[in-house]
Amino acid sequence: MELFVFVVAAAMVLGGALGVITRSNPVHAALSLVLTLFGIAVMFVSHDAQFLAAVQVIVYAGAIVVLFLFVIMLLGVDRTEDVNIEPITVQRPLALIVSAGVIGIVIAAVVTSRDLLGRKVGGLDETTLGSPDANIRQVAREIFGNNVFAFELTSVLLLVAVIGTVLMARRVKSGGAGK
Amino acid sequence: MLSVIQPTSSWYLILAAVLFGIGAFGVMVRRNPLVMFMCIELMLNAVNLTFVTLATALSNINGQVVVVFVMVVAAAEVVVGLGIIVAIMRRRNGITADDLSALKG
Repeated sequence: MELFVFVVAAAMVLGGALGVITRSNPVHAALSLVLTLFGIAVMFVSHDAQFLAAVQVIVYAGAIVVLFLFVIMLLGVDRTEDVNIEPITVQRPLALIVSAGVIGIVIAAVVTSRDLLGRKVGGLDETTLGSPDANIRQVAREIFGNNVFAFELTSVLLLVAVIGTVLMARRVKSGGAGK
Repeated sequence: MLSVIQPTSSWYLILAAVLFGIGAFGVMVRRNPLVMFMCIELMLNAVNLTFVTLATALSNINGQVVVVFVMVVAAAEVVVGLGIIVAIMRRRNGITADDLSALKG
């Protein structure tokens, strides 16, 4: 059963990722991204990270992808990009070599440290123990206990991001710099 | 027996590595800045999957806490990046990364 879930979720993740990098229409790429994000959320659930799975669906699939789609529609850039032209001559082979090298290095590292990680994914003992909301309890205790300063800083970060984006994206009234 | 095979942590880590590689390839190849952002999201998600997998494998909840912060930073990064793209798009028509050569010497 676990194998079945893994295979289906992996197919979702990889299919969506390949869709993102191969679809020439940005809207299709954004929808493929949703597929990948849902696959990752399924994997979070199978790792007993229910809170993160919910946040993944709400924040990524619900907010970030919708933001992408809004910008695509707003700017009208949903015209198809010609993915066949290659502006720099050997860009694609080089990119393929580099990314395959990254994958190979990480896989080699994982395989060599297999003894450390070889245990079956049986679940986080402490989090799955007891009540069904043990995971969210543990995450909350850790965030609001040991990492409360970082948590407060993220609120500052979000505030700065919102103000900066509103300043950048607003229309300039005087017509000097704007269109 | 197929039901005997259980996916171990290594499977998830290898899948995350492949996802990261796909995202890196997309950033290097695609020229639409929006799609490049999506590929960056792919890489961030690969790293999140790695964190959660290791949190489970090592029985340490801190891996999941880090993922929460990564998600917050990713959201802020996307908002700022899309704001920049909107501001650029308002001044010029070309949207591919090749068109943004104003800083070229």
